[in-house]
Amino acid sequence: MPTTYLEAIREGLWEEMERDANVFLIGEDIATYGGAFKVTAGFVEKFGEMRVVDTPISESAIVGASIGASLMGLRAVAEMQFSDFITCGFDQIVNFAAKCRYRWNAPVPMVVRAPSGGGIHGGPFHSQNPEMWFVRTPGLKVVTPATAYDAKGLIKSAIRDNDPVLFFEHKGLYRRIKEDLPPEPYTVPIGKARIAREGRDLSIITYGAMVWVALEAAGKLAEEAIEVEVVDLRTLLPLDRKTVCESAKKTSKVLLLHEDTRTGGMAGELAATLTETVWDDLDGPIVRVTAPDTPVPFSPPLEEAFLPNAEKVIEKARWLFRY
Amino acid sequence: MSTAELIVPPTRTQDAGPAEIARKCLYYMCQMREVEDRIERKLYRQGKIVGGVYVGRGQEAVSVGTAVLAAPEDVLFPSHRDMAALLIRGVTPGQVFAQYMGRVGGVTRGKDGNMHMGDLKLNIVSIISAMAASVPVAAGAALALRYQAKNHIVFCYFGDGATSRGDWHEGLNFAAVQKLPVVYICNNNQYAYSTPVARQMSCANVADRGPAYGIPVEIVDGNDVLAVHEAGRRAVEHARAGKGPYLLECKTFRMTGHSAHDAADYVPKHLWDEWAKLDPITRLEARMRDQGWATEAELDALHARIRGEVDEAVAWAEKSPYPDPATLLEDVYEAW
Ligand SMILES: Cc1ncc(C[n+]2csc(CCOP(=O)(O)OP(=O)(O)O)c2C)c(N)n1
Repeated sequence: MPTTYLEAIREGLWEEMERDANVFLIGEDIATYGGAFKVTAGFVEKFGEMRVVDTPISESAIVGASIGASLMGLRAVAEMQFSDFITCGFDQIVNFAAKCRYRWNAPVPMVVRAPSGGGIHGGPFHSQNPEMWFVRTPGLKVVTPATAYDAKGLIKSAIRDNDPVLFFEHKGLYRRIKEDLPPEPYTVPIGKARIAREGRDLSIITYGAMVWVALEAAGKLAEEAIEVEVVDLRTLLPLDRKTVCESAKKTSKVLLLHEDTRTGGMAGELAATLTETVWDDLDGPIVRVTAPDTPVPFSPPLEEAFLPNAEKVIEKARWLFRY
Repeated sequence: MSTAELIVPPTRTQDAGPAEIARKCLYYMCQMREVEDRIERKLYRQGKIVGGVYVGRGQEAVSVGTAVLAAPEDVLFPSHRDMAALLIRGVTPGQVFAQYMGRVGGVTRGKDGNMHMGDLKLNIVSIISAMAASVPVAAGAALALRYQAKNHIVFCYFGDGATSRGDWHEGLNFAAVQKLPVVYICNNNQYAYSTPVARQMSCANVADRGPAYGIPVEIVDGNDVLAVHEAGRRAVEHARAGKGPYLLECKTFRMTGHSAHDAADYVPKHLWDEWAKLDPITRLEARMRDQGWATEAELDALHARIRGEVDEAVAWAEKSPYPDPATLLEDVYEAW
């Protein structure tokens, strides 16, 4: 039976809670209700209220308490109801959690799970991709799985990691994608990208839900004999520069793709990295396809225009291929 | 009394007598109920609504009983179950439907959805999704009103759950320290999503928090619109007299799931039954009949009239176009 992205996260959480009695969950409506997206349905029945903690609407307290508990030897997995509300716990994440180890060598082994992303008509406050607010905060790790396999393997690694990890799970993938997962336990290492599709002509470097857009575009471009390689970053911080640069070297042309908005997006960092490292191997300008610099609009025609899709990627990729 | 008299214009009720207050309140409570029923029980099920739906069924007395007290220059910060505050201010049902359908005729022209509606011309400030984020902003609006030597006040609405946010506490404390003219109106509807109020706070009432900030409080039966109005009048007089903020806690019940997709199985059945008997519209109508403020025929005519208005509004909204994708990049900043 194929496992959905959502079930994969759930399985990962479940296995880690069974494996390590120090792991506990904390968030709004996660116990009795099982979470807004039902990721933790059934957990309180199995693990009890001490390990599945419902909170008031207090993101700063959720993150702060996760830090405190993690400093004392537990492993907190906090849930933001929507990643957009992570702003309400921002100070605790970027100033408290992120800087403990560097300042006084104290580990904060906690995870903040944050359902992110658009395409669900959620409007400006239920659709954002806030990863870059954290990618520029040394001391944090930022993980963005695209597949069910990676979602499970990465949530397990995130829980075992001794530093604070932000886990952005894309809402649009929750029930849309599924695959058969290995029956035996496995983890996926943080900080390692993956080649989602091999190709020789051009690399698309992306992450999260856009991996599927890249693969769709790659499939169509293959019909025109353009062989696209798709790199799924999986982790944004720390960034797997090696895999990115190797792919760029191999294909000599790079298209950067993300659902997040343009300015200050991951593409900028990737472009700088590529320019510094493999400039001599490139046969064309580094191009990007991203959302524009606007809030995420609500109305379907606006949101459609806002989000990158396969057509937009194909058009840019064709141009780059011919360059 | 004729139907025309029952349907009263959106003027203030500060100095009105009970019959007139009752008529005004009934009109807006019924209008809110009809508009939201149409959205949640019809258009949503027909797939015509974009995104989520949060309604204030059973809580209409809270926004109605207070917002009718506002002067046009007073500034309103409605939350997500305070539809009547928008309607009383002059947002039309057509604009509301268009908003929910993502059309250009909506208050936010398709840029945002559902209850995220604001219009500075009407002195309504739009919420964002993050609960309680409006509370410090409301303090700032009150600061400006005082700065500009205007004798106007701010109405700031929120639910019980919102009072757990730090923003709520910072906003209240600041307003209290500054003695700002803000009336805080809490709809304590017993639940925040699936979380019952006893898991939200360890004090019995939201109002118990007021004294910690030096803010006078009042707890009122939130399903009795005339009681809300009476308490609201005291709150408004307090704030307008320059005595600082005032916190009104209206005890009510969310007669629906958190949103249209939530079956709310976590709510014990007896609560639905108990609160159904306390429906604020039924109660007000009974009172009006008893007092001779309205006849059965007049009440029927009122409902028919509202249904007709809402039919027209839905039709108007459905004719409103979707936004042109070319407007995507507009209004991030002032045009230059
Ligand atoms: C900061 C923040 N966290 C989480 C949410 C998700 N959420 C939306 S409404 C809601 C419950 C709000 O409860 P309450 O304030 O009591 O208002 P009610 O819905 O009961 O009227 C929650 C948790 C949110 N909107 N904002």
